[in-house]
Amino acid sequence: MDAEISLRVDGQAHRLTVDTRTTLLDAMRERLGVTSPKKGCDHGQCGACTVLLDGERQLPCLALAVAHDGAEITTADGLAPPGELHPVQQAFLDQDAFQCGYCTPGQVCSAVAVLDEVARGWPSHASTDLTADPELDHDEVSERMSGNLCRCAAYVNIVPAVQQAGGRS
Amino acid sequence: MTELLEPRAMGQGLVRRDGVAKVRGTATYAFETPAERPAHCALVQATVARGRVTAIDTAAAEALDGVLAVVTVFTAERLASVEDAELAALQTAEVAFRGQVVGLVLAETSETAREAADLVEVTYDEQPHDSELRADRDDLYTPEKVNPGFETDTAEGDVAAAMATAHATVDHTYSTATYHNNPLEPHATTALWDPAGDGFLTLWDSTQGVHPSRATVCQVLGLPQDHVQVVAPHVGGGFGSKGTPHVNVVLAAMAARVLPGRAVKLALTRQQMFSLAGYRTPTIQHVQVAADAEGRLSAIAIDVVEQTSKVKEFAEQTGVPTRMMYASPNRRTTHRLAALDLPVNSWMRAPGECPGMFGPEVALDELAHDLGIDPVELRIRNEPEVDPETGKPWSSRHLVECLREGAERFGWTGRDPRPGVRREGGWLVGTGVASSVYPTMRMADSTALIRFEAGRYAVEIGAADIGTGTWTTLPQIAADALDVPVDDVEVRIGDTRYPIASVAGGSSGLNTWGSAVVEAARAFRGEYGTDPADGDEMETGVDQAAQDEDHAAYAFGAQFVEARVDADTGEIRVPRHLGVFAAGRIVNPRTARSQFVGAMTMGLSMALHENSLLDPRSGHVVNHDLAEYHISVNADVGDLQAHWLDEHDPWVNAMGTKGIGEIGITGAAAAVANAVWHATGVRVRDLPITLDALLPSLP
Ligand code: FES
Ligand code: FES
Repeated sequence: MDAEISLRVDGQAHRLTVDTRTTLLDAMRERLGVTSPKKGCDHGQCGACTVLLDGERQLPCLALAVAHDGAEITTADGLAPPGELHPVQQAFLDQDAFQCGYCTPGQVCSAVAVLDEVARGWPSHASTDLTADPELDHDEVSERMSGNLCRCAAYVNIVPAVQQAGGRS
Repeated sequence: MTELLEPRAMGQGLVRRDGVAKVRGTATYAFETPAERPAHCALVQATVARGRVTAIDTAAAEALDGVLAVVTVFTAERLASVEDAELAALQTAEVAFRGQVVGLVLAETSETAREAADLVEVTYDEQPHDSELRADRDDLYTPEKVNPGFETDTAEGDVAAAMATAHATVDHTYSTATYHNNPLEPHATTALWDPAGDGFLTLWDSTQGVHPSRATVCQVLGLPQDHVQVVAPHVGGGFGSKGTPHVNVVLAAMAARVLPGRAVKLALTRQQMFSLAGYRTPTIQHVQVAADAEGRLSAIAIDVVEQTSKVKEFAEQTGVPTRMMYASPNRRTTHRLAALDLPVNSWMRAPGECPGMFGPEVALDELAHDLGIDPVELRIRNEPEVDPETGKPWSSRHLVECLREGAERFGWTGRDPRPGVRREGGWLVGTGVASSVYPTMRMADSTALIRFEAGRYAVEIGAADIGTGTWTTLPQIAADALDVPVDDVEVRIGDTRYPIASVAGGSSGLNTWGSAVVEAARAFRGEYGTDPADGDEMETGVDQAAQDEDHAAYAFGAQFVEARVDADTGEIRVPRHLGVFAAGRIVNPRTARSQFVGAMTMGLSMALHENSLLDPRSGHVVNHDLAEYHISVNADVGDLQAHWLDEHDPWVNAMGTKGIGEIGITGAAAAVANAVWHATGVRVRDLPITLDALLPSLP
């Protein structure tokens, strides 16, 4: 069964027909040609597809497109205008926080959301005090970024990249 | 001896040239290749581990709206070569392992393709299968060679006699698990068959080598090389599993030929990668070590039992590092294989050295403890002056320096050797060390073209960047070889339209391609001088494998680990992990560091997390996804550091590079195991080390 939906991806409006089984990830990658979000597992297990969906980090491989009619999505490619970089992207470059780059757009989107979650005072499993403002220390960052697998294992560079972008060097 | 290129651009930590595209996600990987109205391909896999397909009913699948074609073992085109049984896609009704591809579906969308693949009804005549590796099997056999061509067995002196008379001996069996490479980008291909003339096949493929991949595809499909183009500008990791083409590439090409003129997309699912994309064999290592009271080895031996698929032999060279690592007059290495009804195992990061540096490096730790000698010192005392296996001098060997510098940086000195006695809060704390090694590989067949274009130098070679940094490091080499600023060099790689390049494997990529670039640069300057005209070009090949034969060339390293084990739960953490490597010249410290720490982390992952669990009743890896096959995540990694010595080796190649992609994984798991023992007093000889192995015996 097909359905017609609207999506705004990286500021651009799209009207498209999807199979009701089409995931939000495949809607972007296979219907719209938006391939910044990567597919590493299609099961919500790797984080490679992470995007900002209505402002929060989400896994579009676990979302059905038809259930997100009218959604506003930002991928890593939409974080900054062409020719510019978001501070998180600049920090990933500076810290060499990737190798093959396949997990990277997802890591970048996750990191943007992490900084926002920390700014809003959300605690994590690594927080020692659930009511204090979380610090961007190693354990907080690595815990919050652990939903994004990196088989190249750039983890030791991802943590300082997130800290750099968060203004803590 | 080569005159080493003077480093100017080399040695600088330049930012990756493909970096902006990667942090934005605009770098294009194989599946993402833009194509007009592509067809989607889904696979039908065998649900029995051994048997014969007796019938395939495709009616329901074909009746589905949007299905373009269904191809099965009974209807597929006959391939030109079925010599490589792994690649003989859809050529036989015999099922050799569970997950083998028995059919494929082409459809307008991926959803329809998958539904149709589910609707294909396959009937089997199922036969009993055999998929259990055990050291006591009576049908183990001796392969003719081990990967990629080493002697299967070696022996010198009399290990048994030395063991019988030595002051101290260690005699234990160690094991490593089954591992799946699991690059984050699943194996994928966009394939287009243009039927005009004799036909032309384009494969945008996720591969570690466009030219080797093309050669294989041409052989299997019976196509001339100039009728096939393979393109791979960006590859989402490989770790060996994209080093040789697997059946998915052949299937994509066959599917494209079913729909001439229309692009076909085929990506393996994560689950399919556990049966179709290679893996590392489990190994059972019987290790024997004998020494005098001062810790000088009188014998070292490793007898390896491991597996291969019945379909295609792959004999991992697990015993090979024991042949050259330490001095000892009596030595023996053997490899025996069980041929099983399982998928094809193949290369995974440091085949041979990775598992082979586990058992012996733990055995040395056991010996050091028995003798009351510091494990760093024990290794230093057994430093061989020449390669024990060949008698050749080392091109350079700085293992001792790595051990000493690592010990210094890690704060090893003054370590209390007693196991299981340090507690901090609820944690048992310990430290461990192991050596690392990887051979400096040299490949034949790489050619580079240099052309002067619009005031800049274009360098073309079909090399690969699988995350290693080739887009960035090859220009650094070219700039120094041409004696120009690195910004004046543009490199074009990842496409068979450029001159031939060897595979990105065996940590040999930059060694080989860089040598070709240096040769081409020298020839270019010789022909055109320093003031070339626009369009001047030079193409020069190098047979790097035919270079220096007189030295044993290896990179070495030492890894130090601090492990903490929860005294109540047995939970294992690794807060500190430090490696020092002597791996020749480092072309780009920024990207090199990423390779070292990445491989060390994969070693940590091997030590504590990774384990493909095969159910011998079904011949199936039951934890075949990333939720159940655990790899280290960000929070598993603590203070992990890689350092290196400034090593100058004039024998390896013009750059003085030894290759750095694999050495970091070797020895890492042993260092973790040794640290866990030091923390707890529990010696775990089987990987991965999990808390259930520790709990019954925690102090
Ligand atoms: S592809 Fe969505 S989490 Fe892996
Ligand atoms: S950079 Fe390769 S998986 Fe993260």
